[in-house]
Amino acid sequence: MPIEFPILNFFALSPIIVVIVLALIVMVVDMLSQDKTALGYLSALGLLGALIPCVTLLNQTKSPTFQNMVVSDGYAVVFYIIFIIAALLSILIALTYLEERGMQQGEYYILILLSTCGMMLMAASTDLIVTFLGLEIMSIALYVLAGFNRRLISSGEAGLKYFLLGAFASAFFLYGVAFIYGATGSTNIHDIGTWFTDNPSYQSNPIALVGLALLIIGFAFKVAAVPFHWWTPDVYHGAPTSATAFMAVGAKAAGFAALVRILSISFGGVFTVQWQVAISLLAVITMTGGNIAALAQKDVKRMLAYSSIAHAGYLLVGVAALPPTGDELYRVQAVSGLLLYLMSYTFINIGAFAVVALLEKRGEIGTKLSDYTALSTRQPFIAFVMLLFMFSLTGIPPFIGFWGKWYVFWAAVDAQLSWLAAIGMINSAISAFYYLSVVVQMYMRTEPAGDEAVPIALPAPIVVTVAVTAMFTLLFGLWPTPLIDLMSLGMFG
Amino acid sequence: MILTFLLVVPIIGAISLIFLPRENKQLINWFAFAVTVVNVVISLHLYLLYDVSSEGYQFTLKIAWIPSLNVYYHIGIDGLSVFLILLTTFLSAIAVISSWTAIDEQVKEYMALMLLLETAVIGVFISLDLFLFYLFWEASLIPMALLIGRWGGKDRIYASIKFILYTMSGSALMLVAAIVVYNFGDGVNPTSDLPTLVAHSHLISEDMQKLLFFAFILAFSVKVPLFPLHTWLPAAHVQAPTAGSIILAGVLLKLGTYSMMRFAIPLFPKAVAFWSPLLVTLAVIGILYGALVALVQDDVKKLVAYSSVAHMGFVVLGIFVMDQNGMMSRQAMSAAVLQMVNHGLSTGMLFFLVGVLYERRHTREFSQYGGIWVKVPVFGSFFILAAFSSVGLPGLNGFVGEFLILMGTFSRNPVAALFATFGIVLAAWYILTAVRKILFGPFNPANNNLTDMNPREIGISLAFIIPCFFIGFFPNTLLKIINPSTESIASLVDTAILIVSK
Repeated sequence: MPIEFPILNFFALSPIIVVIVLALIVMVVDMLSQDKTALGYLSALGLLGALIPCVTLLNQTKSPTFQNMVVSDGYAVVFYIIFIIAALLSILIALTYLEERGMQQGEYYILILLSTCGMMLMAASTDLIVTFLGLEIMSIALYVLAGFNRRLISSGEAGLKYFLLGAFASAFFLYGVAFIYGATGSTNIHDIGTWFTDNPSYQSNPIALVGLALLIIGFAFKVAAVPFHWWTPDVYHGAPTSATAFMAVGAKAAGFAALVRILSISFGGVFTVQWQVAISLLAVITMTGGNIAALAQKDVKRMLAYSSIAHAGYLLVGVAALPPTGDELYRVQAVSGLLLYLMSYTFINIGAFAVVALLEKRGEIGTKLSDYTALSTRQPFIAFVMLLFMFSLTGIPPFIGFWGKWYVFWAAVDAQLSWLAAIGMINSAISAFYYLSVVVQMYMRTEPAGDEAVPIALPAPIVVTVAVTAMFTLLFGLWPTPLIDLMSLGMFG
Repeated sequence: MILTFLLVVPIIGAISLIFLPRENKQLINWFAFAVTVVNVVISLHLYLLYDVSSEGYQFTLKIAWIPSLNVYYHIGIDGLSVFLILLTTFLSAIAVISSWTAIDEQVKEYMALMLLLETAVIGVFISLDLFLFYLFWEASLIPMALLIGRWGGKDRIYASIKFILYTMSGSALMLVAAIVVYNFGDGVNPTSDLPTLVAHSHLISEDMQKLLFFAFILAFSVKVPLFPLHTWLPAAHVQAPTAGSIILAGVLLKLGTYSMMRFAIPLFPKAVAFWSPLLVTLAVIGILYGALVALVQDDVKKLVAYSSVAHMGFVVLGIFVMDQNGMMSRQAMSAAVLQMVNHGLSTGMLFFLVGVLYERRHTREFSQYGGIWVKVPVFGSFFILAAFSSVGLPGLNGFVGEFLILMGTFSRNPVAALFATFGIVLAAWYILTAVRKILFGPFNPANNNLTDMNPREIGISLAFIIPCFFIGFFPNTLLKIINPSTESIASLVDTAILIVSK
């Protein structure tokens, strides 16, 4: 019997392979070297290198490989870029953040790299089993990262909480996969979609619907959508700030990457009404819940945690705008909007967390709103970039956050969901209040700041991070064309 | 290109300020002033180049901004915007120079924000693209909120937050409505180009236009502010530094009324007849309410703030008044544009003069003044002139605007005209009460050490009052430029009504 060897296109997966090899190299060097900071720089350099194959892949014709398990289409590659940038910037924050708190260990960087691999796999996967694999690779590394500051009770709590609830979410997801497999006999997302087209009589199959519902719940956990968000504030608050920055953008982007691909390919033709309604409702309560809870926060790190819930809500608006009829043009628009939003959110949010990391002192102090009093006189540059990030998160032009929101809401209006866009805009007006309160604290309160008057040290890597993210926020806010053009390449293969 | 210069010069100025030494406040003050003067010169040049005989937009520039989305950097001006731009550059220069002594802390940041604010406001006045406009519209919030919140009075933070939240909530729905309009586009492709959208406004059904018009007008009414959305204004004015009040009353409020005429009416002409009765009613209520509340204030700045509510009511009345057949009054509309400029000058001057007093005595309570004419005759004369200009004394600018608005209103809606005229009587009452309480009556000994205006302050006052007289005597110089533009806006509505009634 002749054995058929599958055609394996390793080049299509080169960015993932580069990151895995990088993680292995860092692991080996970790055993040999005492200088752990160098490991961070090594990882950062390696990630920069991983961007090169991404650029070449963007201009390639895409075909699924590894027996249709993964595909490096434009969609996946744009997500690779998002994850790599998120990892890179959060490593820059970590370099000095960990050092100052006595947590400088090589494992931190290895875990970040492995988690990035998981995320990239989720974006590239065209098979539910591979998606699950990616989800677990990403999540397990994140559980450890959340509890990385093991001397701190809150960090331990974060790790454990994230692990327990994350395990639940994975179980939901897997259960959903099982149901869908039971209904359609396949785990390949293209085959699932084709199966439904070929068997119209099964298009209201309740088993598949239950599977889809469980799948959505699993993802809702991962992207921190209300009412599956209870872990988020504690985990984001307890984890080391550098890890929070990575989690808040990376895990969220990865969740959306897989969710959008599965919904639009497997379920682009069936149950569209059901999941569109479900996602719309989820979007409404997530935006509103996240924003209202954020209003009450007195701690900037916690406020950013709740605000990231609200942003998941705006992104869900974009998911709800995926095709009701399968019209290709509308889908392109919604997907571009989501990509643009996630890309800009990555920069803005990591920038904001970098500022939080900068002001944080050992232990848990330094993240309160009152710690930001009169920052504009104590450290004008940092106050100014934080102002950019806060207005950008609100979605006020001329900052990049506006264009992300604009694009997502445009997709919603086009999908006859103007009411959802209106609720989204009202929510962003609400969010102005708590983002503004940071600006108020930094710029408008001038009371003497007590022991906060101690000069703030400015470590070079963090300054680079905030400078890069601030430039991105401002320049692409004024001239978003290159970014929008890049996002239009991010289409399914 | 000349319009782009107007936008870019203040930005370059603001960036250059970063590199000036923080300690040398004199240099920062002069530099910022020089930048605003450059813009005044550019805008005067613009005015001289403006071709009175030709209709439509002039100095247009259209270059790709986000070509894949059909969004352009499209700018241009017509008779509606040309004087508002002059007013903006002029008031910005005055605001900067009037802050020289009043602002002592973080002068660098203050001046940079002033310059950025100027850019944002000019941007609104020259944008001919819906999203470019939205960008400047929202961007103008940030510097103003920071100016109030950082350099304002005791309750500045409350006032600043109230200002930004009111305006942002107002414009929230406008963005969604703008996206809907953008999606209609020219019927084939989405576009945000204003002239194209206006030419295709008939594609949108009447019911849809009513809805979209509401979303736009809500955003603009908060800014104007139209009764009952005005409550942020007194708070912001009382807390804002003097220069902030000058810009806020002089220019920012006009963004609302200007945008009504530039965007809301031309984009949704079929909806105007439906909403006009409500807007006219609210405007008239605003005129009377603002005047009555101004009457009972004991803080002179609050009085001027409430008088703004009344004056802006006149502007809205002039824009939207129409008869039962839906015929708009061109006369009232042109006068409304003129009145925007007038209000910017007279209220700006009043705020400036109140600031002059406040800098000397650190109070704005009427009870702290009285009979100070003997001490400060120069100040007194200017204050009386400003009051007359505000109240509409013939020979000064306010008279022409209000009189023409009332004439136009009377021909269309006599009831509204009747009530609005009553507002003028009230205006004379509160403003003359203010003059009496501050300048005349028994001398309050607390003012013994009050000094009269210095040359800089006299110069600023002259800069205010000369244009007031000029407009008062030669209103046609302005009206002949304004008329063609209002004519084209009003005719859009007439055509739409003809189509609907068929």
